[in-house]
Amino acid sequence: MRFGIVVFPGSNCDIDCYHAAKEVLGQPTEYVWHQESDLARFDCIVLPGGFSYGDYLRTGALARFSPVMTAVAKEASRGKLILGICNGFQILLEAGLLPGAMQKNDHLQFRCEMRHVRLENVKTPFTTLGQAGQVLRLPIAHAEGNYFIDELGLEALLGNDQVVFRYTDKDGRVTAEANPNGSLHNIAGIVNRAGNVLGIMPHPERSTEEIQGGTDGLLIWTSLLAWWGERHA
Amino acid sequence: MYKAKVYITLKEGVLDPEGQAVCAGLHSLGFTGVALVRMNKSVEIMVEAASLDDARALVREMCERLLANPVMEEYHFVLDDLV
Repeated sequence: MRFGIVVFPGSNCDIDCYHAAKEVLGQPTEYVWHQESDLARFDCIVLPGGFSYGDYLRTGALARFSPVMTAVAKEASRGKLILGICNGFQILLEAGLLPGAMQKNDHLQFRCEMRHVRLENVKTPFTTLGQAGQVLRLPIAHAEGNYFIDELGLEALLGNDQVVFRYTDKDGRVTAEANPNGSLHNIAGIVNRAGNVLGIMPHPERSTEEIQGGTDGLLIWTSLLAWWGERHA
Repeated sequence: MYKAKVYITLKEGVLDPEGQAVCAGLHSLGFTGVALVRMNKSVEIMVEAASLDDARALVREMCERLLANPVMEEYHFVLDDLV
């Protein structure tokens, strides 16, 4: 399975994502500069975390005009897997590849800590190896992870089973205390309707080896690899 | 040449954590009558256009495509002919 890790000016989790795909999963992986316009050679395209374009105007607002985003939209429409992590999630929202928008955290702090999320949908390519209701412990690191969508939008997300991760306590209870940023409905990650584009605020690439303090993020990487493997056996 | 002053405001009901923090700051300074603070954005744009109507159409498109995020923001603008 071929991975492309997109590098925007200001990306800072690109090397971690490269390491996860290349070294941990052992798959052919390339960096892709944001000026590239052809991503057809990849099976999974990762938009990593960071501060693309300095977060000017709004997080992700300027990155979406990079030439590579036209190619990302094209590959997304062809069913390729697109994984947007943190700033990558914000870019997918601004690009309209996922619904909703990201606001500043309700407490205005940048939070860098471990948090729990619960799997709400294990039928997506990104969660296929998980159990429904399973709780993962993942690192977060953001100041703008406060997911917002209007009422109709939330209904549509829930109706189509697009909410994949919600912040919970360690026992899987959705509480206000478990919500690190004020995110609507405790949303931590969503997919598009087709299910091949995931945006997630926590960092699965920072949770793939014991030396990182946990390996729960591995589930997302191994799931998408297994999903792809089944279709290309 | 036209000058546009674009105001981007959060939609009613959209949480504004920055505005709340500034509101609390004003309260602690003794401005206890402050009921609401919204941290909006303004953007100044100088643009060439053939007419005021053309300039208006251009600025509107800029707002729709980049300056405002329609999920949570609204915009309005004033245009001045600089000639």
